[in-house]
Amino acid sequence: MAQVALRLKVNGVEHEALVEPRLTLADFLRTDLGLTGTHLGCEHGVCGACTVLLDGEAVRSCLLFAVQTEGHEVITIEGMAQGEELHPIQEAFWEQHGLQCGFCTPGFILSAYNLLQENAQPSEEEIQAAISGNLCRCTGYQSIVASVKAAAEKLQLQRES
Amino acid sequence: MKPAVFDYHAPAIVQEAVELLQRYGEDATVLAGGQSLVPLMNLRLSRPGHVVDLNGVPELDYLTVDGEGIVVGATTRQRTLERSDTVRDLCPLLWRAMPLVGHFQVRNRGTVGGSLAHADPASELPAVALVLQAEVGVVGPTGRRDVKAEDFFIDAYTTALDSAEIVEHVRFPSLPGGTGTAILEVARREGDFAMAGVAASLTLDPEGLCSSARLALFGVGPTPVRVIKAERILEGRAITEELVGEAAAMAVQDLDPSSDVHASAAYRKRVAGVLVRRAIAEALARATGEQT
Repeated sequence: MAQVALRLKVNGVEHEALVEPRLTLADFLRTDLGLTGTHLGCEHGVCGACTVLLDGEAVRSCLLFAVQTEGHEVITIEGMAQGEELHPIQEAFWEQHGLQCGFCTPGFILSAYNLLQENAQPSEEEIQAAISGNLCRCTGYQSIVASVKAAAEKLQLQRES
Repeated sequence: MKPAVFDYHAPAIVQEAVELLQRYGEDATVLAGGQSLVPLMNLRLSRPGHVVDLNGVPELDYLTVDGEGIVVGATTRQRTLERSDTVRDLCPLLWRAMPLVGHFQVRNRGTVGGSLAHADPASELPAVALVLQAEVGVVGPTGRRDVKAEDFFIDAYTTALDSAEIVEHVRFPSLPGGTGTAILEVARREGDFAMAGVAASLTLDPEGLCSSARLALFGVGPTPVRVIKAERILEGRAITEELVGEAAAMAVQDLDPSSDVHASAAYRKRVAGVLVRRAIAEALARATGEQT
């Protein structure tokens, strides 16, 4: 089985690896790099748990082959906090009880990150549309919408200071 | 690992992609955005021996405007169209269709050419292409050809593409002045496949009579369905509420949708009729300038 050489940047760190073409990015991150914060729910693009940023855009890492990320940059949930300091979106999810079991949370946070990059002050409808591709079986979504709103405010304050 | 073993090919130019497809024949498949193909591969419903990835072919990723409309390269992401002021201004139906295609995380990868070539019966882009009389630019071993949208969709997941052909671009012609468009669908949840949907375009002449009507339904048959009999009811006349009802009834009269776990055939048909009525009203309001 031919392996393919791969070089990409994950959370700011360059990685080189030999991978089978059929290895998805999600499996590469979890198994080869040990970044198990990217969760796998459905593995066919429905649940959104495996969402990561590819060159800054939220994508489903179960629907990408690792070989396709050659020369690209990936950010996972592990790349959000700065050392011990949580990212403002993570803080907001914590404070607003935006998670219960936490399985879906990495995907929600990276989807929210992409939304807030493009739209600093989204309306409730825009938040709902943006997280509609992420499934949560615990919260009923209300606290997640509140978390994204709170995150938008935190990021706004951060920009102003 | 979820998918079956395959060899991966990343051509840099279109010609190389076509050569690879010709060499490996039915054992090869084209990978564009991967948002439909990779789920099928993960479930092993699709087990290609060779995957030809078009993402490294820069000449397929563009959006240009010429005198006759807009031309979209095959691997242009759906999200690019969604964010484009050019598409919003020159091809508003295409622009309005974008937020209905999956979720934004899917549109970040999903491509225009991929959506057409996949030809999912419930997908929005084929119906939009049909209403706008788009032309699909195709390239293969024997050269290039343009296929009209109405000749492109043959059956569910089946297009006029030969196995070694790929979509190179799609041309969406500009609409005449006095035209209004609308696209509506009903799905269980935002971003889900439509249980029924309709794309509509209406053009009014200076007297306010309908000079041209185009209606295409999706999610209610194996391919998008243009409903010419309903269009004829509207054409040449002043569109009244009564006429809209008549056209909507005609639009669904001959439909034969299938029942599945998402919706029964009767439900799809009924919803389609309501959506046609609303879409005509919305397109009309835009054609007269009452609504943007």
